[in-house]
Amino acid sequence: MNHPYDIAIIGGGVVGGMIARTLSAYQFRICILEKENDVARGASAANSSIVHAGFDAHEGSLKAELNVKGAEMMASVCRELGVKYQNNGSLVLGFDLADREALEALLRRGTTNGVKDLRLLEQEELRALEPNVAKDATCALYAPTAGIVCPYELTIASIGNAMDNGAELFTNFAVTGIEDLGDVFCISSESAKVSARYVINAAGLFADAIAAMVGDTSFTIHPRRGEYLLLDRECGGMVKQTLFRTPGKMGKGLLVTPTVDGNLLVGPTSVDQEDKTDKSTTPEGLSLIRAKSAENAEGVPFGKTITSFCGLRAVGSTGDFIINLPRERFVNVAGIESPGLSSSPAIAEYVVELLKDAGLEFRTNPAFDPIRPATHAFREGSIEEKNAMIQKDPAYGRILCRCEGVSEGEILAAIRQNPRPRDLDGVKRRTRAQMGRCQGGFCSPYIVELLAKENGVPFESVTKFGGGSIINFGKTKEEA
Amino acid sequence: MKQIDLVIIGGGPAGMSAALAAYEQGVTNLLILERDSRLGGILRQCIHNGFGLHRFGEELTGPEYAWRYEEKVLEKKIPYLLDTMVLDISPEKVITATNTSLGVFQIQAKAVILAMGCRERPAGALALAGDRPSGIFSAGTAQKYVNMKSYLPGKNVVILGSGDIGLIMARRMTLEGAKVHAVCELMPYSGGLARNIEQCLNDFGIPLKLSHTVVKIHGKGRLEGVTIAKVDENRRPIPESFEYIPCDTLLLSVGLIPENELSKTAQVELSPITNGATVDQNRQTSTEGIFACGNVLHVHDLVDYVSEEAEIAGNAAAAYLRGALQSNLHIPLSTDGKIRYTVPQTITEEKEITVYFRVSDIFRNATVKVLDGDRVIYSRKKQKVAPGEMESILLKPVQFAGAKALKFTLEVE
Repeated sequence: MNHPYDIAIIGGGVVGGMIARTLSAYQFRICILEKENDVARGASAANSSIVHAGFDAHEGSLKAELNVKGAEMMASVCRELGVKYQNNGSLVLGFDLADREALEALLRRGTTNGVKDLRLLEQEELRALEPNVAKDATCALYAPTAGIVCPYELTIASIGNAMDNGAELFTNFAVTGIEDLGDVFCISSESAKVSARYVINAAGLFADAIAAMVGDTSFTIHPRRGEYLLLDRECGGMVKQTLFRTPGKMGKGLLVTPTVDGNLLVGPTSVDQEDKTDKSTTPEGLSLIRAKSAENAEGVPFGKTITSFCGLRAVGSTGDFIINLPRERFVNVAGIESPGLSSSPAIAEYVVELLKDAGLEFRTNPAFDPIRPATHAFREGSIEEKNAMIQKDPAYGRILCRCEGVSEGEILAAIRQNPRPRDLDGVKRRTRAQMGRCQGGFCSPYIVELLAKENGVPFESVTKFGGGSIINFGKTKEEA
Repeated sequence: MKQIDLVIIGGGPAGMSAALAAYEQGVTNLLILERDSRLGGILRQCIHNGFGLHRFGEELTGPEYAWRYEEKVLEKKIPYLLDTMVLDISPEKVITATNTSLGVFQIQAKAVILAMGCRERPAGALALAGDRPSGIFSAGTAQKYVNMKSYLPGKNVVILGSGDIGLIMARRMTLEGAKVHAVCELMPYSGGLARNIEQCLNDFGIPLKLSHTVVKIHGKGRLEGVTIAKVDENRRPIPESFEYIPCDTLLLSVGLIPENELSKTAQVELSPITNGATVDQNRQTSTEGIFACGNVLHVHDLVDYVSEEAEIAGNAAAAYLRGALQSNLHIPLSTDGKIRYTVPQTITEEKEITVYFRVSDIFRNATVKVLDGDRVIYSRKKQKVAPGEMESILLKPVQFAGAKALKFTLEVE
């Protein structure tokens, strides 16, 4: 086995990514082990993309503490990472007396948790703030500090920034065993091994299985499905704030929200299941979303749906985030369900403190650069700025994705930037090419070509998302 | 800013035909902007025959049909820019476009012809239940892989939707050695041309399952199968009819959508039925000097009609530039629902005019009637009309002289 890493992080989601980035500011040899073909393929690829203000979690819980802190950090973290973030505020809608009481309780809880500027709105003010809000909503809890962020963009950017600062990423590394050799752990996949002094278990849905590999069976993780419908960019403007219903037992209920890219997102459903890999959408789930959205906003134009998807929340058995050292040099960061995305920057700092307390020596990495250039800079530039780019690299003048207006230059830049995408979905999540209303109908054959060329692989070996997800079976028979 | 009399957005069959017509009418300061690396539009990948029967009296392939026009564009030295994407058209006709050599540039046009074509409705829009594997393509994307890139995107295929591209691809995939198990059509009739059902399905023994849809997608990597079902009269799947078909590929041919994003930036009024601009008989949109033709205006069944319509737009744009475009009437055309839409939607000139329309269902022994109030100004019996086939009628000025509005109706016996 090669020279051991100081820290191995299992899981390339937003939690693993934020931890990797934060640790890369210090002099550690870090590796990230991801079982899929790309980062951000689990819950970080499919969730509500909300930065919650922090009034949902119970007073005194780790969720409450890290949510409020993480939400406060989010704007500056996103600025450094060149990730789109909008502080659009959120509204929890109430319809009757029971809701009003629940909202008052949330207001008290939020204030205890340290959420700033929370207040209750009456119908008239609510309507003025959000004209398309459900007509029967009589009051709302307004959280001006809430925001929206793109979860996979944040994950990709944090892992990319960690890699730019020296961290290494192993994809298609599904951990099958962890052996404690006394001073290092030997971590195996079916085809490779790495060793590391410290292991951080950020394996999402599979964190219980990873913990069990070192003998920790103190918790379990079960999947809770959430289905969503995503609507065309024409519709994002129909609401400004994120609209929730007064929460029930199974979570915060359905929401209607704009996304940072201007789409409208409606969902999620909330159904517990056994299978940790079943991310199929269901007719029942999708019809429930269509039926229930009217309780948030009036007239959601479902005819403008461009896609539907399902994500799986990693629900821990303790009810709170599970962040601990069950044994020396092994850290669990598990059960990171909502508000996990919001908390992620604060979770990373919390892990740093845990490791310091555990005796790991932290020395600042003098070469650390917290800045990752924004990948969306080109599309947001002025005509003059765009022309300066096109003059330097003409590929920026050739638009490949016509729906989202993404140029070949931007796609090539994304393919060449850490963490390098190897499949169509990877390019989609980095550039938005294929993410518009035609869903890649026109541009995907060109992108397959670019991926093949840039990664030096045959055209037919390019996949949609790794594994068996091939796109073409080879040359047509005339040329075989 | 560069000034150009007439800018044509799109160098497919509509754009080329419109440009040639305008050129013949004396417009020499004109420019075609094409986003692809060659002229021809979607015809370049339509290598099957059947194009040009009406126009040229012979059966051409798509590229051959396109070449008839491209050749003339080259011969007349009509200027065009390839690999050029138009990003915005302002209502004042300032066009912002980009390409690799000029960067982002702007043109002030006096007249604009919109000829951007259409795109396919993607899988995502259907919100199909089930997994999200690879192997689900719109039929046109699969056509691009096979015909343009020489790669085979599937071996065992189910097709959802019986639009013409779906039918063509059923045959194409079969000829490439793939097995096409079924074409499922939600409606009780196909939206494709009768001749395509004959030549692309029946000739190859491919079953067309009417009133059937795909209810579930299976497969975590590549597609492994689909569950199909028969639907009731309300298009709801009938649970007892569920059938699993193992397949690695699902092709979708579930509708074409005129690509009017640029028309929206130009604030051109769009019809909610055609998803294209509303136009008069000159194919002039609600914005003066902006014309539209081809599949961006409404989806055509035959390219021959696209060329015909584009010539109308090209001639009218030339007349507009000469200041000779007449507009002394305003007769709106409406429909009864059995007739879904007409193109044009208004008549503004006392001139002989062909009105194109499509129907909403299959009707037999139906009478097309055009009404001016209670007065029947036109009546013609049709043995059969179908949504997949575009119909047209010729109206003479004597027929609509003095009319305030015309209603297009279909009387079924």
